[in-house]
Amino acid sequence: MAHDEVSGHDATASDSSAVEASRGTSTGTAVIASDVANPGEPPHRERITDLDPKEAKKAQRSIYTLFYLSIAGSIFALAAYMAFPIEDGDISAIRLNTMFIGIGCALALFGIGLAAVHWGKALMYDKEGIDERHPVRGTDETRARAVEIFHEADQESGFGRRTLIRNSLIGAIIAFPLPGLVLFRGLAPQDQDPVELLSHTMWEKGARLTLDPSGIPVKASDVTIGSAFHIIPEGLNDRHDWLEQKAKAAVLLMRLNPDDLNITPGRESWSYDGIVAYSKICTHVGCPVALYEQQTHHLLCPCHQSTFDVVNECEVIFGPAKRPLPQLPITVDDEGYLVAQSDFHEPVGPSFWERQ
Amino acid sequence: MPRKSRKANRRHPLATVVLIAIGLAFTGGGYALFSSTTTATAETTVSQSTIDEGEKLFAANCATCHGMSLEGTPDGPSLIGVGAAAVNFQVGTGRMPMAMQGPQAMQKPTQFTDEQIAALAAYVASISPGPAIPDESLLQADGDAANGAELFRINCAMCHNVHGAGGALTEGKFAPELTGVLPTHIYEAMLTGPQNMPVFNDDNLSPEDKRDIITYLKYLEANPSPGGNELGSLGPVAEGLFVWIFGLGAVIGLMVWLTAKSN
Repeated sequence: MAHDEVSGHDATASDSSAVEASRGTSTGTAVIASDVANPGEPPHRERITDLDPKEAKKAQRSIYTLFYLSIAGSIFALAAYMAFPIEDGDISAIRLNTMFIGIGCALALFGIGLAAVHWGKALMYDKEGIDERHPVRGTDETRARAVEIFHEADQESGFGRRTLIRNSLIGAIIAFPLPGLVLFRGLAPQDQDPVELLSHTMWEKGARLTLDPSGIPVKASDVTIGSAFHIIPEGLNDRHDWLEQKAKAAVLLMRLNPDDLNITPGRESWSYDGIVAYSKICTHVGCPVALYEQQTHHLLCPCHQSTFDVVNECEVIFGPAKRPLPQLPITVDDEGYLVAQSDFHEPVGPSFWERQ
Repeated sequence: MPRKSRKANRRHPLATVVLIAIGLAFTGGGYALFSSTTTATAETTVSQSTIDEGEKLFAANCATCHGMSLEGTPDGPSLIGVGAAAVNFQVGTGRMPMAMQGPQAMQKPTQFTDEQIAALAAYVASISPGPAIPDESLLQADGDAANGAELFRINCAMCHNVHGAGGALTEGKFAPELTGVLPTHIYEAMLTGPQNMPVFNDDNLSPEDKRDIITYLKYLEANPSPGGNELGSLGPVAEGLFVWIFGLGAVIGLMVWLTAKSN
């Protein structure tokens, strides 16, 4: 320690002389620096609490008042916990409870903080002092000794000599994180192919379109013009993985005037008398697209304002989405209920690496 | 003294008041009886005159855009089959008659009395059948608020905000705020799908479901948020703005104070 401080002083002296030397020899700057004397530290400015004992008294008073206020805040929080219990299941009780406990705790912590800072600023010793910067470099002896220690350790342990042992150690250390990396695979479904999972939904031939959340099947005659039905596949609610399935299979069912629909060849049979079903999962980043305007036939995604035109098979007319919403081919069964003809013909939702 | 006592013998000092009260009660009661019998008959027989009254109002206020026989014009859609519910909603919330063409008809003070709105509704309903004005029993907000909340989140919240605070749509259109809207109007909006709102017919949301949704909305109005001030229930935008301005403002203020020299 003592040795350090001594060398510190030496270094400071040599540093400042070096700075001066560089100033004198610098040719790149137009400033004639040698004429400017080091202005030194600005003079110490006395605080009002140093000059006026009355002010010091006042500062002292406000500091301990703040600490007392903090104590009061803590007690207040304790009292509030007892005075405003959350026991009767009344939601407004939560509001009072959290609010008053919060006010108490905030007062308690804020009081301590304010008082401590105020104490430090107003009353504690505030004369400026200078701590010279220590040099980072050790003395030559220290450096030589360090190299020597390393060398000795190598000799004694045989680390450099017994290369077989050394290399096997390095190999073991490299191999150790591998199981951890492989364990990440466990986060994905074990027995299924993720690409396959992303490419298919619960919809299949003959699956009835049912109401979200009740699961009541929907008849074609129920869907009047201008309607929007939020649809889940039949049997979704009985599945243990219903949330995962719903995230892919959610569908918005709309009925338009059949004359308004512009249907591309090959899709004529996908709708039923003006009733169309489209995936609710946005092709941009997968938000549920369900802001349907029944006059303009626009479907708006609330997240990034991608707008799809239902009349033109949900093509993108605004926003960051790149692909139209996938259409679910539907028809009616013998009893008049709407059923799916098949799954979607393309993966729903946003793009992924292996998407075809 | 004798005069006073004699008077007191003849009539109690409060007798006049009592007599007037009895008289008023009889007249009022009789009038109420009379008027209730007339409205009871109005349900069945006076409808034709109501329809005639509605027809006159329609010709004067609506036919310019909707056509003399509700067939519609380039300026306004046909009203055939919209029913009394649509008329009661559009006129009752002041959206119709429109002040001007725009992205959507704006809500404004109603232009007609309740009787006139009823007459208009009766006239439009008489031309062709359509959704009727909902029954009072469904509008009491006494249903299952939890079920209503789930249905609201699935069917309504994407446009109207989960708290019914409203939200923006495309090209200047918006879904209005639902606080303070009469239960009748909420019900009729679901039933008829005014303007760009989709229709939620009784096969989609049953009358009980609609009652539950109204119950949920009225529950929200009646109960303060457990989380304190809602900042308009607008979600992350309003809350984020508050924290950025006041939270960061306080942090910066404290930093300035911390680093400033004490005088």
